[in-house]
Amino acid sequence: MSTQSIALAHHKDYRGSKFGIWLFLITEVILFGGMFLLYSVYRSEHAQDFHHAAGELNTLVGTINTLILLLSSLTMALSIAATHHGNRKLALWMIALTILCACGFMVNKYFEWGAKIHHGIYPGSPKLAAFPKGEILFFGLYFTMTGVHGIHVLVGIVLLTTMFIRVMNQPNAKLSFVAGHGLQRVEGGRLAVLDKDGNTVWRGEEIDSTIERIDVKTKYWPVKERFRVEDFNLLENSGLYWHIVDIIWIFLFPLFYLIT
Amino acid sequence: MSHDAGHHHDEVQHGPAGYGTYFLTWFTLVFLTAITVTAAGLHLGAISVIVALVIAMIKATIVLFLFMHLKYEDRLFHRLLLIVIAAMTIFIGLTFTDTLFR
Repeated sequence: MSTQSIALAHHKDYRGSKFGIWLFLITEVILFGGMFLLYSVYRSEHAQDFHHAAGELNTLVGTINTLILLLSSLTMALSIAATHHGNRKLALWMIALTILCACGFMVNKYFEWGAKIHHGIYPGSPKLAAFPKGEILFFGLYFTMTGVHGIHVLVGIVLLTTMFIRVMNQPNAKLSFVAGHGLQRVEGGRLAVLDKDGNTVWRGEEIDSTIERIDVKTKYWPVKERFRVEDFNLLENSGLYWHIVDIIWIFLFPLFYLIT
Repeated sequence: MSHDAGHHHDEVQHGPAGYGTYFLTWFTLVFLTAITVTAAGLHLGAISVIVALVIAMIKATIVLFLFMHLKYEDRLFHRLLLIVIAAMTIFIGLTFTDTLFR
């Protein structure tokens, strides 16, 4: 009996998928770029009003949220590094911490917005309508930009939770032999499961011409020595998304909280 | 991974950076946040917004190149970034040539 090993590697276009996510990130930059453009034009026209209105925002809450997002960026990067080291447990812990930070950010945002709304400052409120024009613009931009950013954080929470589940079950490799696509390579043979000493643990029926398709599914966790970036490209791409959310906040923070 | 990605397919690939690099990156970002908050408290007047934006750009660059691995990507990705920066500069610059001289 001769055995023939066939690599359980699916071809995945790793670079292509990464390029795809970068293209998407660029559309995100353009989306927020439009709002930053509005901000800068209105700010140049109403510098004093922006100055006053920014004084209403809580710098401490803004700083805490900045630190939370920076920490989440660290844990995100560490989770990907952990998969490279074959440390699944650490990878999962780091993804969980990232999700926790994202939730913490949203809780802060909830209290921050809640306090503003409690004071009668919200889009279209009678109190806000009596403010100078520039301050109305400032708060309009504040609610729109931090709001759209907050939606991105919520999407990030959903995305990272999905990644947590994927990494927990991951990676599942599937190898298919279909008639006309590699099935002839195994015809006349049998599928078998061998232990590490080469003893047959399980042996299937002989593969003859009546068989049209064979699917082999395996579940494995890569170790450091046999790591393939393709196995974790979705986690890596989610990480890229999460980092861009952080970058957007890096610009939002000084422009709204620090210009008092 | 720095050249054509196709070359190294079956080789063992390790992460572009170790845990230590990321901790250092994070520490730098926290440090820069402390600087930007302190600088805002100094009431530097007209240049305060420039200081804040320059620090934000440095922070964004650090995140892009280290956390997002742009440092280890090939030219295609770097060009993509340049195109975006150029596009945003043109959008904002051209708008101001309008609004400032009305």
